[in-house]
Amino acid sequence: MRISGAEALVRSLQNEGVEVVFGYPGGVALPMFDALFDVVSPRTILVRHEQAAVHAADGYARVTGRPAAVIVTSGPGATNTVTGIANAFMDSIPMVVFTAQVATHVIGTDAFQESDMTGITIPITKHNYLVKNAEDLPDAIKEAFHIATTGRPGPVLIDLPVDVSKAEIDYVYPETLNLPGYKPTYKGHTKQVKQAASLISKARKPLLYAGGGVLASSAWKELKELAELMQLPVVTTLMGKGVFPEDHYLFAGMPGMHGAKYANYAITETDLLIAVGVRFDDRVTGKLSSFASKAKVIHVDIDPAEIGKNKAVDVPIVGDAKNVLAAMVAELRKMTAQPHTDAWMRVIDDWRSRYPLHYHAPEGVLMPEYVVERIRELTKDRPTVITTEVGQNQMWSCQYTRIREPRTWVSSGGLGTMGFGFPAAIGAQLGRPDYLVIDIAGDGSIQMNIQELATAKINHIPVKIIILNNGVLGMVHQWQELFYGERYASSVLDQEVPDFVKLAEAYSCLGLRVTDPAELDAALLRAFDFDGPVIVDCRVPTSENVYPMVAPGGSIDEMLGGIPGGPVSEMLDDEFLEEVWE
Amino acid sequence: MNHTLSVLVENKPGVLTRVASLFARRGFNIDSLAVGVTEDPTLSRMTIVVAAEDALLEQVTKQLHKLINVIKIQDLNPKEMIDRELVLFKVNAPPERRHEIIEIANVFRAKIIDVGRQSVTIEATGAGDKLMAMEDLLRTYGIKELTRTGKIALARGSKDAS
Repeated sequence: MRISGAEALVRSLQNEGVEVVFGYPGGVALPMFDALFDVVSPRTILVRHEQAAVHAADGYARVTGRPAAVIVTSGPGATNTVTGIANAFMDSIPMVVFTAQVATHVIGTDAFQESDMTGITIPITKHNYLVKNAEDLPDAIKEAFHIATTGRPGPVLIDLPVDVSKAEIDYVYPETLNLPGYKPTYKGHTKQVKQAASLISKARKPLLYAGGGVLASSAWKELKELAELMQLPVVTTLMGKGVFPEDHYLFAGMPGMHGAKYANYAITETDLLIAVGVRFDDRVTGKLSSFASKAKVIHVDIDPAEIGKNKAVDVPIVGDAKNVLAAMVAELRKMTAQPHTDAWMRVIDDWRSRYPLHYHAPEGVLMPEYVVERIRELTKDRPTVITTEVGQNQMWSCQYTRIREPRTWVSSGGLGTMGFGFPAAIGAQLGRPDYLVIDIAGDGSIQMNIQELATAKINHIPVKIIILNNGVLGMVHQWQELFYGERYASSVLDQEVPDFVKLAEAYSCLGLRVTDPAELDAALLRAFDFDGPVIVDCRVPTSENVYPMVAPGGSIDEMLGGIPGGPVSEMLDDEFLEEVWE
Repeated sequence: MNHTLSVLVENKPGVLTRVASLFARRGFNIDSLAVGVTEDPTLSRMTIVVAAEDALLEQVTKQLHKLINVIKIQDLNPKEMIDRELVLFKVNAPPERRHEIIEIANVFRAKIIDVGRQSVTIEATGAGDKLMAMEDLLRTYGIKELTRTGKIALARGSKDAS
């Protein structure tokens, strides 16, 4: 049967099991939207800005592990997706973005709403296609989903000229792929795995350092097995939050610029860093030369380019985290390796008890950390997804939530995209309809995609936006206070503008305001139980900063703020620790 | 140090852009790049010459491998490769000096492929140092125009790059 390119696209999405399309139409995208019109699955969600469509697909993929599709028009519709695609690329999130394109015969003539999308997105996609013949479309889509979801996942873009979506073809969805240059390595090298197991069995102060790659490969069970078998303390990155239960006795926090002191101390003191699905990002490592400088390093990653990129590695293992961790566990079992980290865990326990994350709350003042803590406590018994915006709100969320289930934490890691959290929450809610989905936001970030209140309202997507409203661009303000002599250039907003309660009401959503900590629980519970989108405008002090903090470029064991500890080398002179080491 | 990369890629539109822009993005200047279809019409081979430290080159090579259209990359060992470049020289050649230039061309086993009233055009092939020596000699007569193909290279003998 002959069908149009656009119909072939919809059939292909169905063949790939795509459940939801986030999109926004326009002139040359009309054939695609027309083909979607009578279709039950995938469901099409009309957003209010193309950037939000991509973030929604991103949030959906993070909570389900499956890709969604984005369909937008050419020109401005397509260029509006760029930030979203870059965000997904940095965080290795699978998705396929279809941008409509002007007709093939006018490509290159600066036609109305023409932009070179394959050119623009080469550096921010895993791969992209300009499909000039409708016959090539099914193959391109099959390849796109395969590439997006395998190996190190990432966004793939297909640029589709309008005449191609109108042209008729004999539709057959291909069963095989022709990708001679694409062969991700899944199985770790046996000799390397053995060497890693041997190092783990001997290390006195080993530390697991797990990141987003563990999520991408669904390897959390294997990670926990390894940690428990050898009693290894675990730190997780911002991207890896949730891959290891944060209430587990082996959990040693998030390291990095705003990480827990004990996490950073553990990295500084470890003699064997077992890095799994991480990329030694500068926000984690701080000054590279002093990062884990006493340790041998095992690095497991499916992307060979990440190994040795920032940090020299002793045992590189290219492979899928799930396979490699399972192989390590099997090897350690075969060796009947015994855990011997008692002394090391006592040190970490001591750090945990002496340098917990903490904040000072003056009587009657609603503190941002307190808001996050109460969200944590009030959602303890309900399945919850937390998304965040970017900045102070994100760091407080990292510090004061306790994520216990993988794929329930959604935050923009690599790109640090303000405006990500709310549309991502919309996608997350569609991926997990039975979960309570909460976007912890700042008053700056939320205004970057606030228009999506309409999308949430009209499509009955009951996400809860909790704004930590301090009237400033908090993280910028904090850096200006610390490093720019308190000159607050362009970082001051206004707590009263906009009136977020009225704004919510304008979109027929519920708006609540909290100024007194005593009123917080009631407001949060009302929001969580409300059947629809809610904004809770929490008025918090402008002066509150995120601590502890590693100064940019500093060593991670030298942190500002928090409970004074000082460099770990000095602390280890403590009698208690001396005793433990003996 | 100079590296000669032999990169086997799918013969598809846009592949050259992907490869070239990757080098630019990672801050590498490409000294020369030659590309053409191979014995298999679905594949092209690029010969890329770059100056880079080994560690940086390793990172670029790994990034290059991540391009879906890149099939194989070989960093050719200078001792185990044959490389050639073709250069066209248009040289000032008043009739009274023409024979000297022709002699130089003969010594380098180059060919005269065009003769004008005041100039000759020479086609020369060879490895980099030979062509450089020739360029030096011809410069004394005045080189009006010069163009080169960029280096192409293959591994010697049984060292198969595909």
